[in-house]
Amino acid sequence: MDLNYSPEETAFRDEVRAWIEANLPSEPRDKVLSYGELTKDELLGWHKTLAKKGWIAPHWPREWGGTDWTVVQRYIFEEECGAAGCPPIVPFGVRMCAPVLLRFGTDAQKQRFLPRIYNGDDFWVQGYSEPGAGSDLASLKTRAVRDGDHYVVTGQKIWTTLGHYGDWIFCLVRTDPKTEKRQDGISFLLVDMKSPGITVRPIVLLDQSREVNEVFFDDVAVPAENLVHEENKGWTVAKFLLGYERMGTGNIAVCKRELARVKELAARAGLLDDPRFTDRLTRVEVELMALEITNLRFLDQLRGGRPPGAEVSLLKIKGTEIQQALTELMMQTAGPLAPIFRPVAPDAPFDAFTATLFPRYCNVRKATIYAGSNEIQRNIIAKATLGL
Amino acid sequence: MNFEYSDEQRLLSDTLRKFLGTGYSFDARGKIIASPAGFSDDVWAALAEMGILSVPFDAVYGGFGGTTIDMLIVFEAFGEALVVEPYLATVGLGGRFVARGGSAEQRARILPALIQGKHKMAFAQTEVDARWDLRRVTTRATKSGDGWVLEGDKRAVLHGGSADTLVVSARTGGASDDARGISLFLVERTAPGVAVTEYRGLDNLRLANVRLSGVRLGRDALLGTEGEGFGLVEEVVDYATALLCAEAVGAIKYAHDATLDYLKTRRQFGVPIGSFQALQHRMVDILISYEQARSIACLACVKVDTADAAERRRIVSAAKIKVADAARHVSQEAVQLHGGMGMTEELKISHTFRRLTMIAQAFGDADHHLARFAAASR
Repeated sequence: MDLNYSPEETAFRDEVRAWIEANLPSEPRDKVLSYGELTKDELLGWHKTLAKKGWIAPHWPREWGGTDWTVVQRYIFEEECGAAGCPPIVPFGVRMCAPVLLRFGTDAQKQRFLPRIYNGDDFWVQGYSEPGAGSDLASLKTRAVRDGDHYVVTGQKIWTTLGHYGDWIFCLVRTDPKTEKRQDGISFLLVDMKSPGITVRPIVLLDQSREVNEVFFDDVAVPAENLVHEENKGWTVAKFLLGYERMGTGNIAVCKRELARVKELAARAGLLDDPRFTDRLTRVEVELMALEITNLRFLDQLRGGRPPGAEVSLLKIKGTEIQQALTELMMQTAGPLAPIFRPVAPDAPFDAFTATLFPRYCNVRKATIYAGSNEIQRNIIAKATLGL
Repeated sequence: MNFEYSDEQRLLSDTLRKFLGTGYSFDARGKIIASPAGFSDDVWAALAEMGILSVPFDAVYGGFGGTTIDMLIVFEAFGEALVVEPYLATVGLGGRFVARGGSAEQRARILPALIQGKHKMAFAQTEVDARWDLRRVTTRATKSGDGWVLEGDKRAVLHGGSADTLVVSARTGGASDDARGISLFLVERTAPGVAVTEYRGLDNLRLANVRLSGVRLGRDALLGTEGEGFGLVEEVVDYATALLCAEAVGAIKYAHDATLDYLKTRRQFGVPIGSFQALQHRMVDILISYEQARSIACLACVKVDTADAAERRRIVSAAKIKVADAARHVSQEAVQLHGGMGMTEELKISHTFRRLTMIAQAFGDADHHLARFAAASR
């Protein structure tokens, strides 16, 4: 057991750090560090920069653009991106749809979609949840009826993150409503969001941001060639994908950056002399120190390309709890100034950064709900790891 | 960076676990803790025979020359089996003091005998009202002729009653809370003026109060530099704390496994109680506490040997905070989920509960280490 980086790993870290330093534009970085809202172009812009460098999809097979990095190298890369304030890599294409295509897609589908996902030509989003199908995803009702060489899709998806940026959406749809088990009769479809019959409507969240949407499908024609895996076998795909979805949810590098920020703000507010505050802060920091090692121990077990299992549920639970605790501490540093959100007169003087802390606390409540609520994660661990 | 054990480490783990599995069953342990000494000479001899007593020491003295990760392996196994032998006191504290601070003569005199199982040690530090403050030393060492005279009162000395040699902290200068002026002495337990009163701990370890009345020591009894003992005390206690964290991880593992097993076998309302979601989620939280405690114990054992004292303090205190929290959480939940049976002396879970509870506040409880972590982070 050796928790120090080897000379090669240190050299790799230095290389990544120097490259980010030279290539990360200050504008999106400052937005990330001050919790601003990134535009579609800013998100895709960073994606394209990484793609040009060949670093956008480290975990893909070499032939499709993967880097053959070790588990530790991948970790170092994420660590450096997080620390530097790089825009997040939107996961729906590179980390979710692509692994599905690599595992279940036809050659034609791979050829058609993977290079575009890699290069950031399309903005992908995820069409899983429905008004009546959240944690109980298998009860989804959006119908896809085969009609010649295409499917006709009718129904509604909800909580579609960045759906208003979406060029393409991967969806779980019901192709057979009469099966005994609800998990049967579901299929995995790729849908062009420019198709006639699709309407995207924003849902305003408790921080008043626009981040998630409702997506309505009204007799949308989808070419049958966009079916991934077999018809009525979509649940297998869905389960495969969920492991990958949870993988990126306990972002340790970002938590470390946020922790440093909390300390900075707390120092300014004089809170580091208050043992009641520092005790809570320390418990979060210690939990994060432990989670970093837990994460590495689990990644170590994933060597050799085994798809992530129930252990990522543990990372998701702890990681999101830490994220929430950090935003709570951060909001607290604002004290009586926390409620100030926007000036009434647009040109009034305004501490825009402090104004992000309360909305952010509100926004991050989502973390323990999305990608399978933390209660669902506990169900998964109970079943898969503990055998209960 | 890697998390694999080496072949040697795997062998160490297998050998020790095999021994404990056959020779240290819960029944066998029951007889040991009921014996007058409270531990087993045979087990001690076997640990010497297997080289377990030699793990952290230099090959010059017959040691294995192992790392603190090797010690983590030992302590995890001990924690699972609830070993009561004076290993931490002898190897983790006394032996560590001698190895790190002793003169060439002291090392040569003590370490080979210790490794062969012929010499046990303990660390006499705590005094009335000192709580966790290692600076709070009022025991006095006064120069007398060529040597020293000790006067003082030490409390709750872990395995003090069975130690051949006690490492005693005493003041040779400074006020009672000063870091400067603390010196360390090697004192034979049977020396004139040493009065030892032994106690049985509720966690089945032995402790002793040690009264030192006009204890005359030669010049060679001083360990390290006069008045400069505090740095070594802090360093060795940090080392022992990291090891204790590893022991806790082993005990937590046992509590996890036993509780999970109980949820699967205990039936109520016609079904295993593990089918109830309220209990499933609590069981998952036990698992999470275990994984997190294990991670931070690994970190502490890797970093405890660092030369950077501030970093060492920070990491060891971080580990102790998490391990204390996890020990409390898991031990309480394990008893609760075992229901009435968890309350009984008959089940190992109650013994594990008591040991974990005491580990949680040995060498400083979570509150103490929260304050220490904050100070070390400044």
